[in-house]
Amino acid sequence: MTSFTRRQAVRLLLLAGTALAAPRLMAREYGQGEGTPWAPMSGDVPHHGTGEERFLGPAEHAAVAAICARLIPSDEDGAGAAEADVVTFIDRQLAGFYGRGQNWYMKGPFGEGTSTQGYQSEHPPAMLYRLALAELDAYCRAEHGAPFADLGADDQDAILAGLEGEEIEFDRVSAKTFFDLVLENAIEGFFADPIYGGNRDMVGWRYVGFPGTRYDYRDFINHNGAAIVLEPVGLSGRPGWSGP
Amino acid sequence: MTKQRPRVDVVLIGFGWTGAMYAEKLTAAGLEVLALERGPWRDTHSDFATTFAQDELRYYWRHAMFQEASQETLTFRNNSAQTALPMRRWGSFLPGNGVGGAGVHWNGQTYRFLPSDFVARSHNEERYGPLPPDMTVQDYGVTYDELEPHFDHFDKICGIGGQAGNLRGEILPGGNPFEGPRSDHYPTPPMQMTFSQDRFGEAARQLGLSPFPVPSANMSRAYVNPLGMQLAPCTYCGYCEKYGCGNYSKASPQTTILPALMQRRNFSLRTNSEVLSVEKTADGSRASGVTYVDTSGEVVFQPAEIVVLCAYPLQNTRLLLLSNIGTPYDPRSGEGVVGKNYCYQVMSSVTVFFEEEHTNGFVGAGALGMAVDDYNGDNFDHSGLGFIGGGYIACNTTNARPIESHPVPEGVPNWGSRWKRAVRENFLKTADVGVHGASMAHRGNHLDLDPTYTDARGRPLLRMTYDFTLNDRRLTAHLTPVAEEIARGMGGREIKVNARRGSYDTMPYQTTHNTGGTIMGTDPATSVVNRYCQSWDLPNLFVSGAGLFPQNAGYNPTATVAALAYWSAEAIVSRYLPDPGPLVRT
Repeated sequence: MTSFTRRQAVRLLLLAGTALAAPRLMAREYGQGEGTPWAPMSGDVPHHGTGEERFLGPAEHAAVAAICARLIPSDEDGAGAAEADVVTFIDRQLAGFYGRGQNWYMKGPFGEGTSTQGYQSEHPPAMLYRLALAELDAYCRAEHGAPFADLGADDQDAILAGLEGEEIEFDRVSAKTFFDLVLENAIEGFFADPIYGGNRDMVGWRYVGFPGTRYDYRDFINHNGAAIVLEPVGLSGRPGWSGP
Repeated sequence: MTKQRPRVDVVLIGFGWTGAMYAEKLTAAGLEVLALERGPWRDTHSDFATTFAQDELRYYWRHAMFQEASQETLTFRNNSAQTALPMRRWGSFLPGNGVGGAGVHWNGQTYRFLPSDFVARSHNEERYGPLPPDMTVQDYGVTYDELEPHFDHFDKICGIGGQAGNLRGEILPGGNPFEGPRSDHYPTPPMQMTFSQDRFGEAARQLGLSPFPVPSANMSRAYVNPLGMQLAPCTYCGYCEKYGCGNYSKASPQTTILPALMQRRNFSLRTNSEVLSVEKTADGSRASGVTYVDTSGEVVFQPAEIVVLCAYPLQNTRLLLLSNIGTPYDPRSGEGVVGKNYCYQVMSSVTVFFEEEHTNGFVGAGALGMAVDDYNGDNFDHSGLGFIGGGYIACNTTNARPIESHPVPEGVPNWGSRWKRAVRENFLKTADVGVHGASMAHRGNHLDLDPTYTDARGRPLLRMTYDFTLNDRRLTAHLTPVAEEIARGMGGREIKVNARRGSYDTMPYQTTHNTGGTIMGTDPATSVVNRYCQSWDLPNLFVSGAGLFPQNAGYNPTATVAALAYWSAEAIVSRYLPDPGPLVRT
């Protein structure tokens, strides 16, 4: 009998899941009095971005971690992007369908567009990150003698403000589009369910007092302005439940 | 080669709310009905179970249940002088996909349009004189009184919770005194309100306004509808709009119609089957059926006696244009009809930040709110104001989903320590007073086919040309200060006014209330369908949805969409079947 490593077993399960999920995406006829369909294993459970996919190289990883640490700093007020491991969240996202822009309309021709026409880069998110991060580090080396991740916080803040305010521009991609996307993704990674790799130990939720993915608040409707203090719960439960 | 399937009585294109309604009524009348849905089957137990439905990243930010822009999007420009570019990802609105359509992921706010909204041109011109020539506002051709039984039926299908304000002409305390006369009470009581609604109600009453509970499709208690479907009490989990309900607590096609419909032998549904065009008979006088393609790539001709467009308004318009049915609208000449009078919704809001009190927004529901209607429609005197229409002003507590909702006061930067601290300090202490403004038709705002961009199958995308109009700007400038005044009376530390300024922007989410393009009316020269939602061109083609609205009122559209679908389905059964020709002679 073949012995599987844990990772092989997980991969096999993922494949099985894909095979089982596939019929949902194929044309099918229902009805004629058969009632609402039910099939075993038909639950459409989350899987995208929950595995160990990686996109960022070491220098890119360091830069994204450093950017996120300034966007959502760790400070005396509480945890930030570093504790939440936002970079892991972003790395997984860029490695998956989101990074590839798989669900976005990415056909040309590409135009610059007005401010009301939304994202118009010819690059999906992952490639936008790659090109922008290369230009960001090149800019930092030229102007400050070191890559972004190695600069001091004040220099980093000034550079990020320059991207946001369009005082710093890149050649191949829009620095402003990149900044807006990283900020959006950093906030996602700070507050998304922990199964996606960020918001580690629910630090983002704890920081703001969000109780997470609970689904019944009927006991609290009459709160009348009083604080409701509840330990957060995620889609995979919470650490305390599996402890001693 | 195109395969041909056996003929059916009725083929429905799209299987969301209106598809379910037509299917239920037409199968009950004995017709054989087939629905073709582009997306997959979806149901509560498999697709939005409570163990994974509350996933903000997956369902909102990664669009798990929405139409994939990669398959089909639309192009956009603010005006005809610009070059339209594709909406590469969704922003300001979120078209649905799959069984149940956007009825799966709506909030459940279930207002009826006002009687005067259905006669917007004649009513306003009678009271205020001629409208400006570029305001292509029209009457529906059907009245509130004619639709009332169908509004009432939809209330009962969904188990809508609310307080009647006008019962057969009698004004009742606690309800909306401006609403059209209702034939019956709401089937269930209003939702139980929270702190923010209590404060809003007090502040509105202080100003002499008439607050009432938002009519809700989130259940205030258990309910059994006329089809025998059971709904469960809402648990206030705060995941309605953009999410499926795992608890059978939100009225949707899945919870109110489908289980009954799927038992009927004369109904069938084909999923992952995208209709490419409506086909015509050789003489062009009737629809002969539809051509669709399924996931195997097989192209199929489905003959049918009756065809009903039940997709989203933007897709219904595109399908008519791609099928060469009706004259495309030309904004230069003002002639043509398909794509005419695209309208939206003019949203603004005021955020109240409390110092001590917690609003606990996570204890929320999609239609948990108090509203005032004093500034909606023609409920107030517009003399000298330079605009028509209005909007409701409401304090809804729909959610505190943290990626989406983390308001900060005026002057706080967008990132960094100051931003982070402000998010924490205010996260559980804000309330929102929203203005849900009407959007009046304008000659330049329209839909047509894009000359450059194509979908995944190489067919032209729809092109949207749209900006807020002078009427919209005056409307929002008049109503937002009223919301501000209410907000100031709610006892917070400070407020922040989120005014609607500048051109329409496709990125920030505003609302999925896209209307017009397949408008109804009294004249084939100015509308796509007649008062029974029947095509002026092909008498066996019917159209449903908010695309029928000649202009958009200051309310959420679903109840009016439903009333029109039930009205049209009844006309098919009682008028069309005995004499299958045009129901309105010209």
